[in-house]
Order: sequence, then structure tokens, then C-alpha cells
Amino acid sequence: MNVVALVLQAGLRDLSRNRWIVAYTFCFFAIAEGLFWFGGTGPQVLLSMLNLVLLVLPLVALVFGTIHVYASREFVELLLAQPVPRRALFTGLYLGLALPLAGAFVVGAGIPFAVHAHDGASVGGVVALLAAGVGLSLAFAAIATWIALRTDDRLKGVGLALGAWLAATVVYDGLVLGAAAAFGNYPLERPLLGLMLANPVDVARVLVLTQLDVSALMGYTGALFEHTFGTALGTGVAALALISWFAVPLALAGRRFLRRDF
Amino acid sequence: MITLATISKRFGALDVLQDVSLAVRPGAVTALVGPNGSGKTTLIKIVLGLTRADHGTLHVADRPADAEGAYRRAIGYMPQAAHFPSNLRVGDVLDLVTQLRPGEAQDDELARAYDMDGIRDKFVGTLSGGTRQKVNAVIAFLFKPALLILDEPTAGLDPLSANVLKEKIRAVRREGRAVLITSHIMTELESLADDVAFLCDGQLRFAGAVGALLARTGARSLEDAIADLMRTERAGRRAPTGMADAPAPASWLAPQPNGAGGAA
Repeated sequence: MNVVALVLQAGLRDLSRNRWIVAYTFCFFAIAEGLFWFGGTGPQVLLSMLNLVLLVLPLVALVFGTIHVYASREFVELLLAQPVPRRALFTGLYLGLALPLAGAFVVGAGIPFAVHAHDGASVGGVVALLAAGVGLSLAFAAIATWIALRTDDRLKGVGLALGAWLAATVVYDGLVLGAAAAFGNYPLERPLLGLMLANPVDVARVLVLTQLDVSALMGYTGALFEHTFGTALGTGVAALALISWFAVPLALAGRRFLRRDF
Repeated sequence: MITLATISKRFGALDVLQDVSLAVRPGAVTALVGPNGSGKTTLIKIVLGLTRADHGTLHVADRPADAEGAYRRAIGYMPQAAHFPSNLRVGDVLDLVTQLRPGEAQDDELARAYDMDGIRDKFVGTLSGGTRQKVNAVIAFLFKPALLILDEPTAGLDPLSANVLKEKIRAVRREGRAVLITSHIMTELESLADDVAFLCDGQLRFAGAVGALLARTGARSLEDAIADLMRTERAGRRAPTGMADAPAPASWLAPQPNGAGGAA
């Protein structure tokens, strides 16, 4: 096996036995199963899970990811002292964090939907939800890695991670709403579309909602997005934006890892 | 074995290392000593490629340090504190390091002495600090690198385990390999070290044989000699023997940088 695969394997082994990851998996499973249990239909459960995913998943990926990178620092130094290139080591370490997070979500949320496949949730909607969750896990794990590599002070790093979560899930929507209200007399469609793509949580929301035909729940930007791009093109643009939100922070984190002094 | 030439490193406004030139010879244990904050850890990290020097060159086992880290095949490293992912088993950690260094000759003597087979299935998070330190030592000695870098190696080990480790260090020296060791336990260094490199304020103040240091300071033990050097440095005056700023023997000092290779 090459270096990436070896380090990834170690990361998977470690985090698959991590009690927080196990609890995280079980929470998604219990909540989805509970929603079905209490009589929710497939589409209703899907929408409830979407709201949960958009809020909880970035928080866990950011905070858990940041703490994990800090906690791994001495082990990383030991691995860096071996005859292995930094780039391969970084790739293995990142995947060893991001894939268990994404996998925990897919297993925890996916199993109830598979079990209750006859309850009316569209396959496209479920796949979009799982894909959005995986995309958010990868994106926010990359952001967490970047924060932890940029900031040596652990307290400050975790604070920044929480700040990033607040900004992406709460503050950003408020600012967009405020801007829309303040400049209501101006043609805001294109700027708002751009603003929507600039937030991974919004992108993930639209990615799922465009599959569900529930424009009433999309909000202003989501409805505008679907109107402008149409469903197929919109899905492609949203997916591309989410991939960028994973690729850019990952590139920044990788650059930092290659250059920094340990 | 290691040749460091005019290594300098600055963190912000702080000159952590200033023009440090040092050669560590094979078949000898070299003690790297100095007060806290003198630059010992930074120097070790530069040799390992964890930290990049601002200036200077590094050769390990006669080959220049390369950015990809292949030169580290010649190095075994034991950090001061052992931190492994707590949900990995001891066997997972040992297998990982073994697989990261394929094709290298292995040395399982220390692994057998510390009974690694008996704890292979235990999770690292359940081990005591001393047992984790044994795993740490086993990883460093798992191969047969030309150079071993040991940072406070016996910290946390019980007397028997520490004794086993010291015997292993002596065996490595007899095999003609080099050992660079740091420790604040001077009696331990005295029993192991052939040579001493004394760093203070980022500058190499002495590099030479232990006997030469004792002869020059008039001290009876390495601990007294190092304490004397530190007191002299702290007082901000030259050592009474005139030794602290004196050049080390020509055979000991590293050659000046010739532009070949670069510090990792």
C-alpha cells in the first residue's frame, strides 16, 4: 500500500472506534428512525433531516475536525519523521478525518431511508440529501483542517471553528436577508445568486431542495436559483459550488501543511 | 553521519539558532545539551525535516537532505512524549510504521525485550505513560538506521526498562551507528555520551569529547561541567577557561557550507 492508503487506513481504524463518531452515527440513525416511527412520510422526514443536516453537520465537522487535528499533532510529527513525503501524508490525514465523518452520516441517515424505502421519499431526494451531507462533511473538514494548521493556539482554533459555523449557518442568512430588505428596490437577483453560492450551507440546501419540488421551502435565493438555472443545470451548478467549497479550503490547508514548521 | 553547516533559524524576532555547525560522528553517542529554550528541539526538528532552516545545509549519512524526506530512511526518531491515536492498537501503530518504511532491515531486539507481542492487541489509549514510551522506543529502534535521535528517551520509563534502553543505545554505538540524544538527566548522559554539543541562546558554545570538556572545565562530572557552562552563560561573561567561545577541534566541526543540498 502507498503512504496515502496506509495513513488513511490508520485514520479510519482510529475514528471508526471513536465514541463520538459512533454516537454521531447513532444520533442520525435514531432521529431519522424516530421521525419515521412517529408517522412521518418519506418527504417529511427528508425535509426534517435536511434542516438537521444543514445545522449539525457543519458544527460537528468543524469542531470535531479542529480538535482532532490538534490532538493528532504529535502523531503527525512522528509520521513526518519517517521517510514519507508531506503531500502524501497530508492527503492520508485529511481523508482519515473527512471520510469517517462523511461515512458516519451516510450510515446513520442512510439506513433508515433504505429500511423505509416504501414510505414515499424519492430516491433522487435521498441521494441528494446524502450527497449534500458528504459534500458538507468534506468541505467543513477541510475548513477545520485549515483552521487548525493556521492557528497554533487550540482555544483560538476551536473559537474560529465555532465562528465559522455561526457565520455559515446563522449570520450569513441574516446578512443576505438584510441586504435583500435594504436594497429591495434594486434588481438583486444576480448578486443574491452569487451570495448563495458563496455559502456551502446554502448551496447544500438548494442542491437537495431542487430535487424535491418544494419551492415554497427554498426561500428567496433558492426559488430564484431554480428559476434561473432550471433543475438539472441548477443541480450541476450547486454541485460544482460545493466541490469548490471542499477543494479550495483543502488546497489552502495542504499548502499550509507543506510549508509550516512543526 | 550528520553534518550541519551554518544552520540558522528565526521565529519572528527571535534568533533560535545562529550559524550552528556541527558534525555528529558514527559509532558515538552525542549528547545535545543546553538550558531550556537554547534551541535543542529546533535543531533536532531541522535534522528531521519537521522545521525548515532559514539558512545552512544538512547532510545525513553523507547525503543532502531532500524535500521529499527520503534521507530520513537513515534516521530513527524517538520523541520526548509518545502520543498515538488512542483508538489504535499497539499492533496497528507498529504495523503502520513498518509499512511506511518498506524494505528496511528490521531490528526486533527491543520489541522482544519490551514484550510488544504481549500488548499488540491493546488499545494505545489504555496503556500507561511508561508503556506508551516503550512503544515509542521500539518504533525508533525498529529498523537499523545509521542515526538515532532520542529526545529524553528514558522519561517515564521504570528503572529496568530504562536500563534495557541504555544497553540498546550502547549496542547501537558498538555497531558503528550514531546516536544524538538529549536529556536533562546529566548522570544518564554521562554514562552514555562520548561527545557533547552545548547550545546556548541558539549558538553552539562547545562541541567535543566529554573528556575534553571535563579537562577544560576542571569539573569532575558532566553535570558539574554543564552547570558551570550554564552559569557562565547566564552571568553573561566568558567562561573562565576561555573555552565557551573557543573553536572546537577541526575534526569535530562541520565543513563550511558548499552549496550542496539544503536543510529540509
